[in-house]
Amino acid sequence: MYNILIGGAAGQGVDTTCAILEKLLKQSGYHVFSTKDLMSRVRGGHNFTLIRFGAEEVASHSYILDGIVAFNQETVELHRSKLNSNGFILCDPSLSVEANNVVKIGMNDIAKKLGNPKVAGSISIGAILKLFGETLDHIRNVFAKVVKPEYLDINLKAVEIGYDSVEQQYPHKDGVYGDWMLLTGNQALSLGAITAGLKFYSAYPMSPSTSIMEYLAGKMTEAGIVVEQAEDEIAAINMAIGASFVGARAMTGTSGGGFCLMVEALGLSGMAEIPLVVADIQRPGPVTGLPTRTEQSDLNFVISASHGEFPRMVIALKNHADAFYQTIRAFNMAEKYQIPVIILSDQYLADSSATVEPFDINKIKRYCASEEQYDGEYLRYRFTTNGISPRLLPGTTKGFASADSDEHDERGWITESAEIRVQMMDKRLLKLKKLELELQEPEFIGNDSCETLFLGWGSTYGPIKEAVTILNRQSSKRFGALVFGDVYPLPVKYLTEKIKKAKRIINVEQNATGQFAQLIREKTGIVCTSSILKYDGRQISGEQIAEQVLKEAGK
Amino acid sequence: MSVSSKEFCTSETAWCPGCGNFSILKCLKQSLEELGKDPHEVLLVAGIGQAAKTPQYLSANSFCGLHGRALPVAIAAKIANQNLTVIVNSGEGDSYGEGGNHFIHNIRRNVDITHFVHDNQIYALTKGQASPTSAEGHVTGVQTEGSMNTPLNPILMAIAAGAGFVARAFSGEPEQLVSIMKQAILYKGYSLVDILQPCISFNKINTFSYYQKRIYKLKSDYNPYDKVEAIKKALEFGNQIPMGVIYQAEKRTFHEKNSVLSSGVPLLDQHQDVSLIEKYIREFV
Repeated sequence: MYNILIGGAAGQGVDTTCAILEKLLKQSGYHVFSTKDLMSRVRGGHNFTLIRFGAEEVASHSYILDGIVAFNQETVELHRSKLNSNGFILCDPSLSVEANNVVKIGMNDIAKKLGNPKVAGSISIGAILKLFGETLDHIRNVFAKVVKPEYLDINLKAVEIGYDSVEQQYPHKDGVYGDWMLLTGNQALSLGAITAGLKFYSAYPMSPSTSIMEYLAGKMTEAGIVVEQAEDEIAAINMAIGASFVGARAMTGTSGGGFCLMVEALGLSGMAEIPLVVADIQRPGPVTGLPTRTEQSDLNFVISASHGEFPRMVIALKNHADAFYQTIRAFNMAEKYQIPVIILSDQYLADSSATVEPFDINKIKRYCASEEQYDGEYLRYRFTTNGISPRLLPGTTKGFASADSDEHDERGWITESAEIRVQMMDKRLLKLKKLELELQEPEFIGNDSCETLFLGWGSTYGPIKEAVTILNRQSSKRFGALVFGDVYPLPVKYLTEKIKKAKRIINVEQNATGQFAQLIREKTGIVCTSSILKYDGRQISGEQIAEQVLKEAGK
Repeated sequence: MSVSSKEFCTSETAWCPGCGNFSILKCLKQSLEELGKDPHEVLLVAGIGQAAKTPQYLSANSFCGLHGRALPVAIAAKIANQNLTVIVNSGEGDSYGEGGNHFIHNIRRNVDITHFVHDNQIYALTKGQASPTSAEGHVTGVQTEGSMNTPLNPILMAIAAGAGFVARAFSGEPEQLVSIMKQAILYKGYSLVDILQPCISFNKINTFSYYQKRIYKLKSDYNPYDKVEAIKKALEFGNQIPMGVIYQAEKRTFHEKNSVLSSGVPLLDQHQDVSLIEKYIREFV
């Protein structure tokens, strides 16, 4: 497995270079995982991407580098300490670098001579391919998808020059992933939404959720989806509710700050029993926090957001495949139980690219509410044994559907009756009983008879998985992990089984207060023995988890 | 509840006896019946407030949502199923105050919905505070020295924001109100009717006789398509208050502009080809 860092100022082409390089590496058969470290600015600053690739599956990033591709001096200074002893630094001769393995190519001059300073990145792509023993077989094909036809030849020339400027330093390894997909978490989520039959998406742009709207907008006409940029998040969620009430599968997406504005309408979805999917792509808070960075600190908020009591479901996305399949499930659950379902993702998953086995659409089932015909005698909020009332779509039959934010009777008319209030509250909450039977237990990773059990949720899945592998290899103790996707309601079966053998339970979370550990304690009484918490806006890596555990053990 | 297909039943209300809302409800029922609408084809949307209870009292599909948020719900419902006749009934606090942002931006969207604002120049359900259209100096339990804020001019705002159908009516003139309501419902695009309505409980200034003394009907030769004239008329609000369709223009609707909706097939009924998803998956390979 190799790990390289490509860094420079915003606007220097780090993103484009990485996007092309990732595809080329995947085409050569590698499994690729790349994560972005971005500043909240359009030009300047310091941005970098970590690209990790191997012949085996890569579940997360690493901070131990085999190479640095530096577009500016800052990249060298900031990251050289993480370089392996024989790792390389690839850069322009204009940078001053003293290291064992510096590969200098006059990228800036060559690019100028070729007639376009922007192709410096392509020169570095050529050099990287050569350093890692790759061929140029796929360059035309991959570049043609990314650059405009008039720039194709100059870029290919630049790649070739870069390729010829260096010597191979690492052996090529044969991987089998050339035919897999390479996509970001937000792209996988969006594709899941389309597959689920999404018809209406409304949102207000907010990092790191905006790329969902961008992807969907690109497919709008062809896929028959209306994507509307709302005037604010309040409008966005109310629009989604309006479209869903009429029968269109609808979703809105945002980050924590936008979700704050949506909270009242979340309760409306619960009270009026209108299916709704809300994607909260978390970033560090509170308020505007660190706009382009990652955190898992909205858990407490989303499970209790909005006043009063109503059923809801919260699904945390673990990885790219999950982003696709669980988004589809979110739509089905929302429709089946007529509740809001919140998808919790974060910047790390949203913006990272990964190689994923092509999604299997034969696995997908769409839940459809029964389409009974009603002539007049229709009760929108009929009392039923499972709390789920039959749904009528306005305009499709002679019956009427009503939705109400006030407490209402079975017809949907406002009531202040104490008796109906209790019956209607019970009816809504009854849905949770059935929903709880459908919860998905967390994934167990590692040694079945583990002494140390990690507990995690969402996007720490990859790092935890890697940590368990490292620890079971490096330590005589046995390690395992439970990583949760369904977090609310909380499935507890595996948890109560697995903790019986564990001597230590460590929660790993990207927040400062251990919100998930608190939730587990509240729901089960289980108390974690220690916590690994990271809240600097950067995702924890597998080796960082392992290192921390070994350090604690050594004390 | 069983109803004959063209009849919109009304039911018992929670409004004060003598409230202007009764007349508005009656005129709405009459307008829909005269337009030959079936109750199941109509979706009545509202926010919160006394006016916002209107959908509860008329047999049709109804959505009573959040304070100020009727417009986003209504436009999205219309986007999802354009066969529905979507009508918003809400007060001026809901429409211009809490929902002011949606008021401005949905004019820009121009989704084909109808917006009836029951404008009594007071917050009635919360018992008598100033509303966005209360006159300067209007004394209330909260505005004890009289409202210091300039009242909004919704007609002027709507014209300025680009609305294609802007009208004013009075609940005490049912014949004209029905005529304006019907025109507004038939208008292709967003239509606003600001309906002056006395609040008999909390507004002792803008009473029935106050309005009756001041309102006048636009003359038959008034040209609502002249925007400059319309703005002049919109500025008239005081001793003389013009009633009627103040501004009208033909504008492309959201549905006409949107490539998914312009075919005329309701979004809801557009089916997706599975091969499309297979294609999208291949795009990432």
